[in-house]
Amino acid sequence: MTDEKDMQFAAALESLKDVPGPVMMAMQKAQDIYGYLPLEVQLKIADYFGVPLATVYGIATFYSQFRLEQPGQIKIAVCLGTACYVKGSGGVIDKFSRLLSVEPGHTTSDGRFTLEATRCIGCCGLAPVLTVNGEVYGKVTEDSVDEILAKYNEI
Amino acid sequence: MKTLQQLQEIRERLKPMITERAEGAKVSEGQPRKSILVCGGTGCTSGNSKILHDNFISLLAEHGLQDEVKVIMTGCFGLCSKGPIAVVYPDGSFYTHLKPEDAKEIVEQHIIGGTPVERLLHAEKDIYGQLKSINDTDFYRSQRRVVLRNCGVIDPENIDEYLATDGYKAYEKAVTTMTQQQVIDEIKKSGLRGRGGAGFSTGMKWQFTHDAPGTEKYVACNADEGDPGAFMDRSLLEGDPHAVIEAMMIAGYAVGAEHGVIYVRAEYPIAVHRLEVAIAQAREYGILGDNVMGLGKKFDLELRLGAGAFVCGEETALLNSAEGKRGEPRQRPPFPAIKGLFGKPTLINNVETYGNVAQIILNGADWFASVGTEKSKGTKVFALGGKLENVGLVEIPMGTTLRTIVEDIGGGCPNGKKFKAAQTGGPSGGCIPSSLIDTPIDYDNLMAIGSMMGSGGLIVMDEDNCMVDIAKFFLEFTVDESCGKCTPCRIGNKRLLEMLDKVTKGEATLEDLDKMEELCYYIKDNSLCGLGQTAPNPVLSTLRYFRDEYEAHCNGKCPAGVCKALVSYKVDPEKCIGCTICARNCPVKAIEGTVKQPHTIDPKKCIKCGVCASKCPKGAISK
Repeated sequence: MTDEKDMQFAAALESLKDVPGPVMMAMQKAQDIYGYLPLEVQLKIADYFGVPLATVYGIATFYSQFRLEQPGQIKIAVCLGTACYVKGSGGVIDKFSRLLSVEPGHTTSDGRFTLEATRCIGCCGLAPVLTVNGEVYGKVTEDSVDEILAKYNEI
Repeated sequence: MKTLQQLQEIRERLKPMITERAEGAKVSEGQPRKSILVCGGTGCTSGNSKILHDNFISLLAEHGLQDEVKVIMTGCFGLCSKGPIAVVYPDGSFYTHLKPEDAKEIVEQHIIGGTPVERLLHAEKDIYGQLKSINDTDFYRSQRRVVLRNCGVIDPENIDEYLATDGYKAYEKAVTTMTQQQVIDEIKKSGLRGRGGAGFSTGMKWQFTHDAPGTEKYVACNADEGDPGAFMDRSLLEGDPHAVIEAMMIAGYAVGAEHGVIYVRAEYPIAVHRLEVAIAQAREYGILGDNVMGLGKKFDLELRLGAGAFVCGEETALLNSAEGKRGEPRQRPPFPAIKGLFGKPTLINNVETYGNVAQIILNGADWFASVGTEKSKGTKVFALGGKLENVGLVEIPMGTTLRTIVEDIGGGCPNGKKFKAAQTGGPSGGCIPSSLIDTPIDYDNLMAIGSMMGSGGLIVMDEDNCMVDIAKFFLEFTVDESCGKCTPCRIGNKRLLEMLDKVTKGEATLEDLDKMEELCYYIKDNSLCGLGQTAPNPVLSTLRYFRDEYEAHCNGKCPAGVCKALVSYKVDPEKCIGCTICARNCPVKAIEGTVKQPHTIDPKKCIKCGVCASKCPKGAISK
């Protein structure tokens, strides 16, 4: 954790001082800054707003967007929304899982890839859809998995 | 801060341009000669429409045409499967499947040369062989756009363009000519029902909140569109955010609230951005603030972002989440109209519901009620997805049949496959089998056949989809998203999923099917909130219409060949030429054989991934 991030985080807490119901917003800002919510950040939020750590942790584990572990460098998110699923995204995520030897929701042991199954990202016209670090790949097939991995393995 | 008169001047100045754009009429003096509208919805944006838009701007500047041709990034046009989309007005040329580099050809040949680029036009011809303009295509012809009227027409990041479509006039009309009760009565009379799924009377909800004691009240907008495969609300927020803001202002006036909260999914970054822009512009114009439009009323809005929990679409869970807590539902009563956000009376409506409000106030309840069926008035927006030629966003009058949606607008299933069923209402809804394809779609008809309107996701399945697998897919979703507060939902759905899993593995008996049905009703009757009460619907409706498929699974067969445990791949030795492609591609080395000799698959090693069948050049491998 760098000082700069800590300063941003402190400013974010300060900006929420007078907002009603601030805890979740503070956690969202913290995750934007640090990329995930390590225990010490959760503790700081709990202290700042005077709520038990259990409340913060309870919120963090309730919502799927909060991360408690440091994510990998390359985040592959395969949409498992209905439109993508009926067009075969289940096979696509299975293949990633097999080739990377990692279960969805986890990061490879070398810290390179995080594989995630996401909810509908709203590009149903391009189904099946996946994103790699935010870049959208539409109309993917199981064959495209090899191409995508080859592309990112070069980097 | 703008006065009422200044707002009116903006409307009058820009109105001819918007009308021309929408109707392709004659161009008046002093206005840009042409408009290029580029779709900036999420689907087209992920197809690089932003770069396309930027290319248009720089190319036009190179040719010195920046004042004559206006380039606008609009909201969703609806026909997402043909994206990225751009439309050139006034002629209405409808370009599809564009790449960023196509901008050059369109600018040089069409804008400068005057001839549309035929290669890139949407290739749908009328009986005389002429290309159809956008509004005559099969996809748009049967639609009626009330909520989406501005999507794909105006620039959502420019408040002036919204004003030019009579924007914020409905609020002015409500505050200056109607009492609070008259506004509520008008909404009641229109017959508008909640578009979020349950279909409760919107006017009644307004009345309850209005009547609730208390001086501090809230107006909330539910933009937590969690139903997988649905993107109506997102498209409206992206394409016409001011329409939602204006409706919330009208609601605020009617129920007596000065604060509004829009709870929006964090997964919708473009929608969040456009809302932020719209709110900032409205504040700048004095449309939001301490003295709204100089009319002496106070109203302001704030955004609260979700963090990925489906249950937060349920109104009481949404309230908890908007307060920064775990999004668990609350016991009702008290209803939010009595005790809602921060314990104050709160009106919660869905995005699409709000999308109708300004139009009702402006055009009257009778106008609105003239569209639709007896008990379901107006239009409904559906997100068409799944096995259809035309995937995207459509708005149809209530009472349109499923056949019109699937066959005319959707263009039927691709590759000549047979339509099997449509799922409405997402994980809370049910399927409509092909035998009921002529059912007019409205709240009550869908309820009667065991589905529900839901928020508007409509996923089409063809003969290759296994209905048991689909039911399992939805139940996995709800089990995953169950918040765990009440036992019937938390444990009941888990048990139901285990039973369903047995079915897909061919280990269930016919007796198990009866037990499943019983458990479904138990969960429905006893769960705390809407999520649990509707979670078994996909199972119940597939059991009702596709029991034969369940029974086939019990006998060890998956008719659609989807459920892996019940599928085995075989090589036809007559067709196999021994090319070894399958063996080389098999990820688990389950295929054996020598060159030019028929190969065999070892069923013990086979993981049924289907790679061999898709790679075989002779089609010798089948399920």
